[in-house]
Amino acid sequence: MAKRRMKFTFPPELITRPVIYEIAQRFQVVTNIRRADVAEERGWVVLELDGAAEDIERAVEWVMTLNVRVDPIEGDVVEG
Amino acid sequence: MSYTKALRCRECGREYSLEPIHVCEFCFGPLEVVYDYAAMAGGVTRENIILGPYSMWRYRDLLPVGEGEVVDINAGFTPLIPANNLGRTLGLKNLYLKNDCVNPSYSFKDRVVSVAATKAREFGFKTLACASTGNLACAVAAHGAKAGLETYVFIPADLEQGKIVGAAIYGPTLVAVEGSYDEVNRLCSELADRYPWAFVNINIRPYYAEGSKTLGYEVAEQLGWRAPDWAIVPVASGSMFTKIYKGFKELEHIGLLNNGVDTHMVVAQARGCSPIVNAFEQETLNIRPVKPHTIAKSLAIGNPADGYYALKTIRESHGAAVAVMDPEVVEGMKLLAETEGIFAETAGGVAIAALKHLVAADAIGAEDVTVVYVTGSGLKTQEAVADALGPRLVIKPTVHSFEEAVKEAGKVVP
Repeated sequence: MAKRRMKFTFPPELITRPVIYEIAQRFQVVTNIRRADVAEERGWVVLELDGAAEDIERAVEWVMTLNVRVDPIEGDVVEG
Repeated sequence: MSYTKALRCRECGREYSLEPIHVCEFCFGPLEVVYDYAAMAGGVTRENIILGPYSMWRYRDLLPVGEGEVVDINAGFTPLIPANNLGRTLGLKNLYLKNDCVNPSYSFKDRVVSVAATKAREFGFKTLACASTGNLACAVAAHGAKAGLETYVFIPADLEQGKIVGAAIYGPTLVAVEGSYDEVNRLCSELADRYPWAFVNINIRPYYAEGSKTLGYEVAEQLGWRAPDWAIVPVASGSMFTKIYKGFKELEHIGLLNNGVDTHMVVAQARGCSPIVNAFEQETLNIRPVKPHTIAKSLAIGNPADGYYALKTIRESHGAAVAVMDPEVVEGMKLLAETEGIFAETAGGVAIAALKHLVAADAIGAEDVTVVYVTGSGLKTQEAVADALGPRLVIKPTVHSFEEAVKEAGKVVP
């Protein structure tokens, strides 16, 4: 089992879609939201994903296909 | 002595002991070092500082390190230069340049990594690591060598050879990652979770970031123990920007300044990667990540970790945020070199171009004490200006040929 912390940033067209609920439904992954800010135009969620490493991988790949931006919670760690 | 008290979450305020951790277990907010300022005010004096080494470590008591030997390659206490020529050109009488090009690995990153490497050793880590496209890689490799630590530096596989020589010379394990920038980001975040390494800007970040406060301390000391009226700072993650301000405020708080801090803090970014300026212009504290596209590679952080806090610092200091176009960056680099003899990297060009914007907008008064932070050497980004420089005079080895060429170039031999 693995745990991954990450930040999802949603485009406007996904604001009303229950993407995080769908992750739990589609994959054997537990989602645990820690912080969030969702407005009409855009929203972000900082959360923890808990499950088998490959299930988390698949879940992340799936949300990215929806045009959700997935970042480390640290922001960009590759610096100049 | 150390006046550190704890790590505190910048979001929910929960406190943690001083461990190699960087996020709050509760809300995943970033952690920051907090100090016992009352004790610090009683123990730190100008005299102690002045008698200290001519490096950033003269401010050791204000940094989050213990009593042991620090990892020191003589970073910091770089010159603050009165920029009389550039000031005359722009109509500013009190313009200064903080020249951090002259650090041991040629950028301000030596400051943050000197603290990070010291903490890594204190915590008992055997490996120092980072992911970088330039300056950070050099600083980590250099300090890792000095500290005798195993050093891993992750770089994107398509990075030009010239960019990595400055890091490779110190003998780190260089790992070229085949993948997009975002993939390298995610991988390094995962590796930091997986291995017992000191990843300088991930699990050591709360300590690492504090090294940038010395850019505030030094400027204040060099100005005669006063904070400037304006600080123009090239910004990538936003960390250095917020820490410079924290440095000024700390000196004020412990009673070492002659004036109160009334510094307008200015974020300077290239328009091709300006998520912080964009948010400032839209009057929001919510950063929208961007895909970088600029010659200012050292500032090309599309999703800045401290962007939100940089915006708060701008608000608190009644500052500003300015984005400049790439051709202005090149012009800024040339102007700085031609007036003050300083060859800065593109980030320096960004700061000078932003200064020009503020002058054109009459934001800065002619008498205002203004400091521009020049954070890295131009030798690392020569390709950015190579095409914009004047042609060479090519001559035969005769006096006649020389004089002809000079005449053709429209110059007069003095």
